[in-house]
Amino acid sequence: MDIFYLDIFQRALLGGLLIGLMAPLVGQFIVLRRLSLLGDTLAHTSVAGVALGFLAGLYPLGFGLAFAVLAALAIEVLRRQFRSYAELSIAVMTAGGMALASVLFTLGRGFNMNVNEYLFGSILTLSRRDLWLVAGVTLAVLLFVALFRKELFLLTLDEDAARVAGLPTRALNVALSVMAALVVSVAIKIVGALLVSALMTIPVAASLSVGRGFRRTMAVAVLYSEGGVLTGLVLSGFWNLAPGGTVVLTLIVMLMATLLAKKLHGRFLANR
Amino acid sequence: MDCHDAVVSLERVSFSYGETRVIDRLDFRVLERDFVGLTGPNGAGKTTLLKMMAGLLRPTSGDIRLFGQPVRDFRDWHRIGYVPQRSALNPLFPATVREVVESGLFGRRTMFRRLGAEDRKKCLDALEAFGIADLAGRRIGELSGGQQQRVLLARSMVSRPDLLILDEPTTGIDADSQEAFFHMVRHLHEKHRITFVMVTHDAELVRAYLGDAPVHESGRLKFYVRHTHEADDCAEADWSHTARPAGNPA
Repeated sequence: MDIFYLDIFQRALLGGLLIGLMAPLVGQFIVLRRLSLLGDTLAHTSVAGVALGFLAGLYPLGFGLAFAVLAALAIEVLRRQFRSYAELSIAVMTAGGMALASVLFTLGRGFNMNVNEYLFGSILTLSRRDLWLVAGVTLAVLLFVALFRKELFLLTLDEDAARVAGLPTRALNVALSVMAALVVSVAIKIVGALLVSALMTIPVAASLSVGRGFRRTMAVAVLYSEGGVLTGLVLSGFWNLAPGGTVVLTLIVMLMATLLAKKLHGRFLANR
Repeated sequence: MDCHDAVVSLERVSFSYGETRVIDRLDFRVLERDFVGLTGPNGAGKTTLLKMMAGLLRPTSGDIRLFGQPVRDFRDWHRIGYVPQRSALNPLFPATVREVVESGLFGRRTMFRRLGAEDRKKCLDALEAFGIADLAGRRIGELSGGQQQRVLLARSMVSRPDLLILDEPTTGIDADSQEAFFHMVRHLHEKHRITFVMVTHDAELVRAYLGDAPVHESGRLKFYVRHTHEADDCAEADWSHTARPAGNPA
């Protein structure tokens, strides 16, 4: 159990909790805008950035972040180009990102890169610098959601109404995608690129089935997310499992339990 | 010389989706205190026209003015309330009735500031006015169609607009709620100085309130108009008095 006393594990735990806080905050808007797959796209392109960072001998996570932000902007442009097939832009970017990443990774075979770490996550690689980056992104996300809570709510509820109200909907959409890109790119080191979008969607899926109002749903989503991250990381430390997979499976168990409890509760009320 | 100013002026307005022209060189003016009923078969361009009036779509050609200003320069969006078709609402959206009604106050003017006591009062007034105060904490998707319609109307009215644009507001709600709804909009038109543009399929309503003959036709669109000069003197702040048809105090 010594691992829990290691600096590196504590860093991962702290980083995980920060990610667990901000992922559902952005995720709730993304899910309700029917953009659940956006997280995957951003993660896949972010890995391409990471690979390039390695090849160039520069800060991989920083490169991953820049790539994800660029991808978010590109998707917004493409979405307007293919208006009637908006999801096409997402499909193209997802494939393109991963294709580029795989080519760059094979180019860099000589650099002894650990691809798995970025695909499946690791709790043993989060450096102090990484943690600072996570903290910075958390601050940015919290500020963004706090400042534009009202506007994002209306945009998500009814985009037409938001436009009639004179809100800068295009800028808000872009900003929201960029925030999602930031969250995803700093989370991949712990959770892994293949699983990171689950942190933005599963807690929201669970809270949607129990929450009433928007704020409360968001608060519940954060609770689910933090519960899943904490439990998952501790279990993965305990049994030396892939952290991303353990966190996501924990979240899925929580979601199933919630749906089951809701069903049983409904039946109980009906039989009373 | 008209008795009232134009709220919306359309001059030779056309709109095409790709090659298909939906609206062709339409000239029409909505005057203050008009109640405009817009009818036409599916695909005639009713919703398209409303969206252009609300600034959501740009005409392919022609000019639209809102309160005398070209629509691209128009900034007083709080003067316009827009109620889209109810089917645009996601029934699983996690928002309470209060949150939805409050969102009617969100706009350019309220960016970067919190809603104050006065805003909350406005919201409470609107909830009470439309008889939905007791539903304030309920999730929007749990309500009946008629109740949802009232919530959307309350949202569009909370900022006290001068022009209300409604897209098929009574589709999918039961006959009693429809009747109550029309009673309410009619009262708002006559006594509260609000101009209405409404798409409807309800021929009965059109005949009963707007008359038998359209005042204007363009393509397959028909415009029925009733202009009022009644004194806008309703002192009642409680708009819910308008939701109850006579002899049905509930």
